[in-house]
Amino acid sequence: MLALLTRRCGDLDAADDAVQDALITALTAWQSGIPERPAAWLYTVARNTVIDQVRRDRASRRRLHDAAPELTAHHATTDAEEEDDLIMDASSLGDERLRLLLLCCHPALDRDTQVALTLRLAGGLTAAEVAAAYLLPEATLTQRVVRAKRKIREAGMPLSIPANLDERVDALLRVLYLIFNEGYLSRGAAHVTRVDLITEAIRLTRQVVDELPASAEAEGLLALQLYHHARSATRIDGLGELVLLEHQDRTGWNLDVITEANAWLRSAMTRMSPGPYQVQAIIAGHHANARTAADTDWAAIAELYAQLGRMAPNPVVELNRAVAIAMADGSLAGLAVLDRLTGLDDYHLFHATRGELLARAGRPAAASFERALQLASNEAERRHLARRAAETATVR
Amino acid sequence: MEFMILIHGDESSPRLAPGDPGFDEFMGAWFAYNQSLIEGGHWVSGANLAPTSSATTLRLTPGKATEIVDGPFAETKEQFGGYYLISAENLDEAIELAKKLPMDNGSLEIRPVAFRPDAG
Repeated sequence: MLALLTRRCGDLDAADDAVQDALITALTAWQSGIPERPAAWLYTVARNTVIDQVRRDRASRRRLHDAAPELTAHHATTDAEEEDDLIMDASSLGDERLRLLLLCCHPALDRDTQVALTLRLAGGLTAAEVAAAYLLPEATLTQRVVRAKRKIREAGMPLSIPANLDERVDALLRVLYLIFNEGYLSRGAAHVTRVDLITEAIRLTRQVVDELPASAEAEGLLALQLYHHARSATRIDGLGELVLLEHQDRTGWNLDVITEANAWLRSAMTRMSPGPYQVQAIIAGHHANARTAADTDWAAIAELYAQLGRMAPNPVVELNRAVAIAMADGSLAGLAVLDRLTGLDDYHLFHATRGELLARAGRPAAASFERALQLASNEAERRHLARRAAETATVR
Repeated sequence: MEFMILIHGDESSPRLAPGDPGFDEFMGAWFAYNQSLIEGGHWVSGANLAPTSSATTLRLTPGKATEIVDGPFAETKEQFGGYYLISAENLDEAIELAKKLPMDNGSLEIRPVAFRPDAG
């Protein structure tokens, strides 16, 4: 019975507890008469205990679902599905690609080295391509990779699936997230987006999703990347200028990619294992699925940023929450959140956001845009900020 | 392979002396850790050093007489205080073993042993 239940729930301890509970229940229940098939009775009680445990875990995580109704409405889980979910995926994790990705993102390597190795060894980029993507001399990149390979060999870093797999997958997803972001919003480059890094990050994240089919956060990251990627064609206008989300031509968004992102996010969320990438994907999904900018559910987005802030406290998340609140409740409400924020004085988007909210509230905003302009390095962003500073210069 | 865990900590932070409340538990944790290394087949050697106030440094310069200096090699915020030499399958296992050291403050540097003449 224990083996059967263990196979069903994938957890020997949980199954063992459930069988013990069932026996204790039987001591009381059977005083008034032993059932016809005692073994089946015990198994049913124990199985229900395991399913109840899973249900309780799910209920405690339902808040995440409530925040994104349109993404979960299609997926009302049935008891049958819930039971199927209990049977854990026992497929082995022995794939070489995953081992290599995990080694490239080993915590004993510094972050820049993890990124370089991932793109060079696990990805399909040449040293020249990686160097170009990060605006580094090719010799610097090559040297970084050579040094890393030597450390891997000399320090005894294994090409094996680590015991602390969850932690190591977190580090791996973090690197793929950074690579995507670098491609999406590269600082200092003449072009706003660098398609190679975006394509490469998505391709590698797909590999991780393939290798770790039960990882909700890997699916969440893939959905997040696809939502952003679906909109990338409309982020820059014909003159090479940055177009804000609310002004983007939504007919230019790639619906196939958004549909795929929706599917990955739904799949992630049915696993009931929430995390920061899924929350960010839900937020990106709210934007990508809104037919017009005015349709955007800003109140829900503000709540999602609050959740994200609780998972991983970060002033940039709070900055985004301020924007959502401004959109939901007015610029003054957003400014009130910004005024309580500290630690972002050197971040150009803090000042750009503050300028935008001040301008919308009819208050002097040019100084904020000018401060943002001093701090920004992306050319398209700089032109946008200079334009806004000029436009708001009359209100002093 | 073999790894050395170099233990660095702040000597000036208060430490327990024999007879202090909690001293036996403190030492017990270290003895238990040592025992776990021995039982796991990881133990090669290990030592706790006397504080840097007792250190003497010899400075060697080609063509000059050896200079004897009162004090440690360098003044640092954290001082080298002891080491373990362990046997582990790979860096991942060495990291896991180092994480189990009964310490909650300081730095543990892990270095693979390149060559040890008396290695078995």
